[in-house]
Amino acid sequence: MHTTTAGKKRSARERESGKTFQWMSGGLLTIGALFFLLPFFWMILSSFKPEGEILQIPPTFWPKRFTMDNFAYLFENMNFGVYLKNTLIIVLFSFVGLLLNAIAGFGFAKYDFKGRNALFVLVLATMMIPSQVTMIPVYLILNSLGLTNTMTGIVLPGLVGAFAIFLFRQFMSTIPTELMEATRLDGASEYRIFLQIVLPISKPILAVQAILTFIAGWNSFLWPLIIANDESLYTLSVGLSLLKGQYAAKFGLQMAGATFMVAPVIVLFTYFQKHIIENFSISGMK
Amino acid sequence: MKGFLNKQAPYIFIAPTLILLTLFSIVPILVALVISFSDMDLGGLANFDSISFIGFDNYIEVLKDPVFLKAILNTLFYVVIGVPLVILFSLAIALLINLGTSRIFKVFRVVYYLPSVTNIVAVAVVWSYLYNPALGLFNYLLNSVGLPDVPWLTEPTVAKLSLILLALWKAIGLNMIIFIAALQGVPKSYYEAAELDGANTWQQVTRITIPMLRFAIFFVSVTTMIGWLQFFEEPFVMTQGGPLDGTLSVALFIYQNGFKFNNFGYAAAGSFVLFVSIIVITLVQLRLQKNESDMT
Repeated sequence: MHTTTAGKKRSARERESGKTFQWMSGGLLTIGALFFLLPFFWMILSSFKPEGEILQIPPTFWPKRFTMDNFAYLFENMNFGVYLKNTLIIVLFSFVGLLLNAIAGFGFAKYDFKGRNALFVLVLATMMIPSQVTMIPVYLILNSLGLTNTMTGIVLPGLVGAFAIFLFRQFMSTIPTELMEATRLDGASEYRIFLQIVLPISKPILAVQAILTFIAGWNSFLWPLIIANDESLYTLSVGLSLLKGQYAAKFGLQMAGATFMVAPVIVLFTYFQKHIIENFSISGMK
Repeated sequence: MKGFLNKQAPYIFIAPTLILLTLFSIVPILVALVISFSDMDLGGLANFDSISFIGFDNYIEVLKDPVFLKAILNTLFYVVIGVPLVILFSLAIALLINLGTSRIFKVFRVVYYLPSVTNIVAVAVVWSYLYNPALGLFNYLLNSVGLPDVPWLTEPTVAKLSLILLALWKAIGLNMIIFIAALQGVPKSYYEAAELDGANTWQQVTRITIPMLRFAIFFVSVTTMIGWLQFFEEPFVMTQGGPLDGTLSVALFIYQNGFKFNNFGYAAAGSFVLFVSIIVITLVQLRLQKNESDMT
């Protein structure tokens, strides 16, 4: 009798301390989150401020007068329209790369052919090569192929990636072989099996990879910077770094450029975050 | 013909990716090795005959170059301060989020992950504005609580720390997700058993969670270390290595020698010094990890 009341008392006190702990960790995380979000808020709010208000000291937090002038300037006086078009072309091409990764992942997952393991190790080994080592030779190779200052040259070096191939392989090895066998007996070719059986089953990983591919393509910076000499081939990030150099004191304009780049990614990521994070948890730790 | 195509299907499936990976990852390693022993520059780009092989000259010269040595010291500064902070913060945030019972904690995952998917140039543009000495928000906030200005990007050591702060902000999210995934793999029964034995939350974290996370912590420290040894984009976009080469990293040194000064051979030699250092440091880490797990 005595022990049970003591037990009850303890669990009540524990629940109480658990609650305090929940509030404390919630509070800590909130403070951290505010710091994490501050640059985003400051970027978006400043992009709507007229240049005069940006220069005011003390600064205003909320814009006194909302203006779209900064955004209009990007498209009217700078070539952000062209940069946007180029960036979207790169995104489009990187989806082709995504498909190539998926096909290769399928080949490695579901077929037993001569040299498979050695070739797969080779693919994985490319992940360990730092980009600084390959940067200059890749430029020289593209140069000897006559591909510098072309869209093909910008797109090719990053088209396929070992990590994506690895993830596709992991996912596709879980597809039952009997399913493929049955389709084969019906007279379908290997290509049809891929298109009609494997791709539909792989929808979850394709979706996640598509989002990540979009974000990577949208953000691509280094290769366009190295390969493109003409402004007509610049991407949004290259254009934005150009803007930072040319209009060093026009922070409203810079923030508008940054907002234009970041906002689509924030929206896309927030909308699909559950899938991305959960996919990461599954594929990352298995 | 159709039968042949069908038989060769696996090779046809992997061929395009393998060709691209070979052309843009494997061959470049060999090319880099070859040109690191040559005096290849802009002239050599137009006319291969003008390139001559100079043995180890590039390596000897780059290891004596005071700018390169400074870049190595800066990179070590980034690694020694940045890597522990990344692990500490991402682990702490992952633990707090994982212990949270309310739904709101799921929101925190998104907030802390957001900087990781944000474009680096946009990030650099925004942070340069925040760090601006006259109009920046950070100095204004410091002044408003009575603290003096901080020379965020104008004093070499402070500038390094400012870049670390920004890189930290960008790096925590991804590693936090890895830790959260690992935390969810710790069996609930362990905690229940510990609770029966009267262990409090702190004891459970230090005695069960952290030891169970040993592999995840090791994985994050190796990948983070490799990433920070190649620290590049932050100084490239924000400071161009300045002030007084104070933020110049090894990776940025290689880029500048390659694409600004067009000393391709010299830059390739520098890149191999970096590559070998990364391999050695990673091997040392693997060895330390192995010894540690042997002891326990």
